[in-house]
Amino acid sequence: MTTLATALENTTSEADLGAHADGHHDTQSKVTLGFWIYLMSDCILFACLFATFSVLRHSTFGGPDGREIFDLPYVAVETGCLLVSSFTYGLAMLAMNRGDRSWTMRWLVVTMLLGMTFVGMEIHEFAGLVAKGFGPDRSGFLSAFFTLVGTHGLHVTAGIIWMMVLMVHLMRRGLTETNRTRLMCLSLFWHFLDVIWIGVFTVVYLMGVAH
Amino acid sequence: MHGTHGTVAETDHDHGGADHGSLRSYITGFTLSVLLTAIPFALVMTHALPASEAIAIALVLGVIQMVVHLVYFLHMNSASSRSWNMAALVFTLIILGIVVVGSLWVMHNMNANMMPGMMSGS
Repeated sequence: MTTLATALENTTSEADLGAHADGHHDTQSKVTLGFWIYLMSDCILFACLFATFSVLRHSTFGGPDGREIFDLPYVAVETGCLLVSSFTYGLAMLAMNRGDRSWTMRWLVVTMLLGMTFVGMEIHEFAGLVAKGFGPDRSGFLSAFFTLVGTHGLHVTAGIIWMMVLMVHLMRRGLTETNRTRLMCLSLFWHFLDVIWIGVFTVVYLMGVAH
Repeated sequence: MHGTHGTVAETDHDHGGADHGSLRSYITGFTLSVLLTAIPFALVMTHALPASEAIAIALVLGVIQMVVHLVYFLHMNSASSRSWNMAALVFTLIILGIVVVGSLWVMHNMNANMMPGMMSGS
């Protein structure tokens, strides 16, 4: 424990070597490192779900396989939404670095709308599958599919809620040091979810259809 | 004092570049990832290649796209290579490899060797 604390101390002082004498930046790198470690643990959660899905991908139990239920053009649009939203979040961060609160807000709104489109499309896809009788109870493959893709969708939903809360913070207090740190953490979270989605569309949808 | 101030400004700028990215790096990252998304989708949707080859290419491009995102959006670079962020990432990748490869390997063997039809001890 002491070693880790010392290590954290060393990292932050190294990163800030000659940058800022005040303690704010110090706190920010500690918080972002802590958040990064949370993301890495989340990454392992997704790795388990990916492994489960890969093991169960052929266990269709007489039900449909990926080729029958996946609509690639639809998934391509979802992917596009998430990809563009990652870019617009980047633009929000650039506006934040310029100290431009109104553009930070605008780009956050765009990012949030794209995220909502993504989640909406995913709910629509899920609802369609369940309506056809291909819900998570149909086969091992579908259970694993709903768990993996649904967990990602829940993360995106959490990101959207977090973004709304942050926008309220921004409106009330502006780009304070604390709010910048929060925006930085959400940025990591949002880009991380996009990275997970790359795995989802490759392993679940593309491999599911190509098989 | 002046000398110190110069260094401060420089380091600060470098730090900013490494940590927050620039418009150009976001555009580069975005363009690359659009390409890396479009190619595998097009390959699978047009059936231009046999399934196994299309899957192999999709997987390779997927991994490349993840690296692109890490570098251009999450700003992992040579400056962060000696940081704890990178150490955590590498550790996670090792665990991830063990979990995914291990599960697939074990379950594949179970599937191949323990199917009910094969229990008669051939």
